[in-house]
Amino acid sequence: MSESSKLADAARRNFLAKAGVAAGAAAVAPGVFLSTSPAQARPADEPVSSAKRWGILVDTTKCASDCSACVSACENENGWGSSEPNSSAEQKAHWIRSVTIKNKATGFAKTLPMMCQHCETPPCVDVCPTGASFRRADGIVLVDKHICIGCRYCMMACPYKARSFVHEDLHDQKPWAPRGKGTVESCTLCDHRVDKGEIPACVEACSADNHNALIFGDLYDENSEISKALKAKDSVELRADLGLNTGVRYRGI
Amino acid sequence: MKLSMNYREIEGKSAGFWILLGGLALVIALAGGATLYMEHEGHYVTGMNNQIVWGMPHVFAIFLIVAASGALNVASIGTVFGKPIYKPLGRLSGLLAIALLLGGLIVLVLDLGHPDRLIVAMTYYNFKSIFAWNIILYNGFLAVTVVYLWMMMERRMNRYYRPAGFVAFLWRLILTTGTGSIFGFLVARQAYDAAIMAPMFVIMSFSYGLAVFILVLMASYNWTRRPLGDAVLFRLKNLLGVYIAAVLYFVLVFNLTNLYATEHHGIERFILLDGGIYTALFWIVQIGLGSLLPLAMIYHPTLGKSRPAIATAAALVIIGAFAQLYVILIGGQAYPLEIFPGYEVSSAFFDGQVNSYSPSIWEITLGVGGIALALMIVTVAVRVLRFLPESLEDAAVDPHAKSA
Repeated sequence: MSESSKLADAARRNFLAKAGVAAGAAAVAPGVFLSTSPAQARPADEPVSSAKRWGILVDTTKCASDCSACVSACENENGWGSSEPNSSAEQKAHWIRSVTIKNKATGFAKTLPMMCQHCETPPCVDVCPTGASFRRADGIVLVDKHICIGCRYCMMACPYKARSFVHEDLHDQKPWAPRGKGTVESCTLCDHRVDKGEIPACVEACSADNHNALIFGDLYDENSEISKALKAKDSVELRADLGLNTGVRYRGI
Repeated sequence: MKLSMNYREIEGKSAGFWILLGGLALVIALAGGATLYMEHEGHYVTGMNNQIVWGMPHVFAIFLIVAASGALNVASIGTVFGKPIYKPLGRLSGLLAIALLLGGLIVLVLDLGHPDRLIVAMTYYNFKSIFAWNIILYNGFLAVTVVYLWMMMERRMNRYYRPAGFVAFLWRLILTTGTGSIFGFLVARQAYDAAIMAPMFVIMSFSYGLAVFILVLMASYNWTRRPLGDAVLFRLKNLLGVYIAAVLYFVLVFNLTNLYATEHHGIERFILLDGGIYTALFWIVQIGLGSLLPLAMIYHPTLGKSRPAIATAAALVIIGAFAQLYVILIGGQAYPLEIFPGYEVSSAFFDGQVNSYSPSIWEITLGVGGIALALMIVTVAVRVLRFLPESLEDAAVDPHAKSA
């Protein structure tokens, strides 16, 4: 598939997804997409541009072991976490989670957040039979809830266990974060906020707590904070052996 | 000398026939009820979760789909490889292939989070997905096999029967390659991501499909009191022995290759040594009961000539097949993802832990319903159409056969 048709395809899918979200949102919260936006906001009638690639740098040296501000913020923002009363612990959705890792040889331990790594070549997108699992032109990997058939092949394919399947009926979903029984979901990089020129909820919460372990920005913009930070110091992508070129990078592991 | 084979519908008037049909219908109805319950409530009523995302329905579905392509082999040996003794079995072989595939597909579809979106699966295709290809391969297999059967059964179309057989044979090889590649293409997981998955599934299909074929053949001839000679049966059981050995060879190579690479020692240790239920299923059921025991029975000088022993061997192969698929599917998911090599990992999302799975009665009922549907299709089809030869006694299938 050529680059231009890929872009067109992504733009079309994005439009469809957005149209669906907007239709739902219009009923619940009129004007939510029409509210005034900060300067960098993408106009709603413009397609997502591949001139940007959104990413997050996680500086694990700044992550406190007892902190879960990013996880709570994501739960509040996107409405998961306490919405599945019937599901077992193993069945509940996790868009972002706090993971503790301990070096087997040295015993050194640390805590870090894990979520969708927003790969450039995402295995979940490769395996999805209907194309419901897709990557926006700006690098955000999403699930189109309207054409997800709930086969869970993307969950088998994801190397990061970033995706969850919804095991029961949900109520009172957030208009900007559609979720539904029988479909797969994961971190959206808060695309609804990013499109308004804002930063993801997890990043905002981390800054609010003065940890500043998460830096969000445009990986293609040399002058962005994230690009400068990545250039200045070492960082890694998880499962780099798979060559997925993730949008989320880690420092300190 | 050219043999003329008479095919005839089964009588289907006995109490046993109606009891069989009624029993199968009951199981299908129960499976339908289980499906409605699971779809209404959501998957939380199943044992599947966000760690073990594919469960018992997938074990049943993949068994049926793999066995379907294997069941067609009997027809292929007659048509493609020109072995006359297999030709009278071709119709049942094609029928069984279609029935098993339908049974498997219905289980797969009914377990989806959104079975109501089947039309989406048929209209939106991502051609990089092997799943999408499989949707085409499965539907194509049904069409190709129906045409093959038609060429076989309609006298005027008999001249196209060989090319149709070739197409069906190639299609079934590609289909099972596609099924194996569902796992072969999964780069993320230690238990999969291996090219050998595709040919291994092809060989597994030979074995599973033939075992099902032998059992269905023996049951239908026994229950309808039609003669089934040793010439046909012994040929089939000897072939089953070869297939069992071939599957063992692929399992050996797959595990040996993994054992050589240090990065795979974790998953190998898990399956072969300390994986609890998965280790037990692998050694005791898959290798012991499902491979070595039937192999010994089939080639044993006296047991190998006993019909109950042959039927038992075929049944053991099927039990071993379920164990093998359970170990591959569930065992492969139970072993944690290696996101941080060299680290101990823990989280509220069960990172770094061996994941547990206990299948619910609903999932098992759905799976058994798929088997019942396949058998129901076969039972009804042999009642209304001419699939079964009136006689498969030695003199009928092979004029040179020694009378037993």
